[in-house]
Amino acid sequence: MTAVRCVDLCKTYRQGDQDIKALDHLSVEIEEGGFVCLSSPSGGGKTTLLNAIGGLDKPDQGEVYISGQRIDNLSKGELAELRLKRIGFVFQAYNLIPVLTARENVEFVMQVQGVPAAERGRQSADILTEVGLEGLEDRRPAEMSGGQQQRVAVARAIVSRPALVLADEPTANLDSKTSDGLMELFTELNEHHGTTFVIATHDQRVMGYAKRIVRMLDGRIVDDIQQDAA
Amino acid sequence: MNRLRILAMLAWRNLWRNHRRTAIMLGAIGLGVWAMIFMTALTQGMVTEMIRDGISALPGHVQVHHPDYRDDPSITNLIPATDAEISAAFGPAGFSAWSSRIKVPAVITSEHDSRGVTLLGIDPARERDMIFVDYDEVEGRFLESVDDGGVVIGNKLADTLDTEVGKRIVLMSQDPDNDIADRGFRVVGLFHANVESFEETYVFAGKKTIQNMLRVGDRVTEVVVLGDDYRNVEDEYARVVALVDGGVEVRRWTELDTYLGTMLKVMDGFVLIWVVVIFLALSFGLVNTLVMAVFERVREIGLMLALGMKPGSILGQILIESMLLLIIGLGIGNLLAWLTIKPLESGIDVSIVAEGMEMMGASSVLYPLLRMEDVVLANVVVLILGFLASLSPAWRASRYEPIEAITKVD
Repeated sequence: MTAVRCVDLCKTYRQGDQDIKALDHLSVEIEEGGFVCLSSPSGGGKTTLLNAIGGLDKPDQGEVYISGQRIDNLSKGELAELRLKRIGFVFQAYNLIPVLTARENVEFVMQVQGVPAAERGRQSADILTEVGLEGLEDRRPAEMSGGQQQRVAVARAIVSRPALVLADEPTANLDSKTSDGLMELFTELNEHHGTTFVIATHDQRVMGYAKRIVRMLDGRIVDDIQQDAA
Repeated sequence: MNRLRILAMLAWRNLWRNHRRTAIMLGAIGLGVWAMIFMTALTQGMVTEMIRDGISALPGHVQVHHPDYRDDPSITNLIPATDAEISAAFGPAGFSAWSSRIKVPAVITSEHDSRGVTLLGIDPARERDMIFVDYDEVEGRFLESVDDGGVVIGNKLADTLDTEVGKRIVLMSQDPDNDIADRGFRVVGLFHANVESFEETYVFAGKKTIQNMLRVGDRVTEVVVLGDDYRNVEDEYARVVALVDGGVEVRRWTELDTYLGTMLKVMDGFVLIWVVVIFLALSFGLVNTLVMAVFERVREIGLMLALGMKPGSILGQILIESMLLLIIGLGIGNLLAWLTIKPLESGIDVSIVAEGMEMMGASSVLYPLLRMEDVVLANVVVLILGFLASLSPAWRASRYEPIEAITKVD
């Protein structure tokens, strides 16, 4: 079954007097349970593609399907509902809500989903332990390191077991040891829970964990490699 | 419920992210609300005092007269029914207070001077809680019965006539046949009134004594009824209308003293205008605070939208934040108002501007009046207008595109 299907996507940004083609008639399919890295130099279109898949950005042309459902024509509210229930996000920065503690940040999505308090508490405690943040549950983002914050963001993205996790440069602010820990967690979730991961990165270490690497340049796919996970 | 809880929690914590800004805004709202309520209490106190003085001086809440009496308030325009018949009708009706009087123009003469006055023939037992004179504060004594042979005059009139308690004066008026009706009286008491002109104008004597002097038998010129609330006399009015026949005229106090009646309406309108004007000044600060708060959190709002929070929830969060700010500010303002008004309820001496106050019909002591209706009005206006003023920044926040907001650069 296809988790993500993009058909003939085009997206152009205006920068000064220039039109920048972030996506140029791009089509791609990602199977359920896939672990895909989107790789490109800066401005190659990987973040734009990730945003289009997540319904955060509308393509100028083309179609996006998540688990067979077309999403590029949904309203803002429908897209919000889709992201809330089926997609986990990890952004490169500004990932956490500053006024909430680590536990509250992790519970945020579940709370908006309407998960009962007891269930939220149990799941958030489990996931924070899983990402190695036991004992830091009541700290606010400003009281945590960049790596700890990123792990909270990952915990939030996966706590409600979404079918699809989209991560944009998730290891950009992390040291190598923390990066490896995070990627091992992603791999475990992918293998044991069948979660589909689509990760935008230019970090070779991250790509080493992927089953598939999609290389992009100027908004087009230039290479699509299947590989054995490390 | 979960969503509301998270929205309320976010709103509350965001409110305290910038302590100084929130504290300044709370101070401004508190001060504004205090000013609304305090000024309203002073105004209401002054108006209420004016109206009470006016009501206790003349009209009561509802009056009954001969139809021609208001144009010609003389003894010829007596109420057709006898005082006994009036008592039989009004006595069992269960009014808070009522009385029948003779009220006619007269001339009072001492050995030194004479003055035109309004002569009131009253039943002192019935009038104790209806007129402006405090019986216990009268120098000498007040009237003791309807056939008391003495008169009670104001201090100011006594000075003008150069008379005092124990001395004699002559009262002169006309009887129904337009013949002179006069009689000598001994001054038995001097009264004090909050409004100086009352001391110059009114002379009190026993109702029976005056009926005899004016040769009107058991007849009176007016019946006065007092209800519980001068702002709402419709119940009393309807009951009085039901008690009397067509040969008399029944009037509310607002019709008898149109100046005071109009003043009451103007003041009620003024209170609303005052509250709205202060709020408009406050609203600039409120909107600015919210715009700044939203502007500082653009990326955060984008993140929440990206995570699946609906635009309506973002709108709700900003509105809750605004409402929390307003509710706390209202609490501070209400408390400040209560703390400052309560100690002043025993009266603020404004004798320095006594003449001006008297020209308006008010006394030289101002009694601030904290009315629940005015407090509720101020609070409701602030909440409703505050809500409306918050809609624009909240709407803007909810319209952000998640990805543009997340990637926004300072």
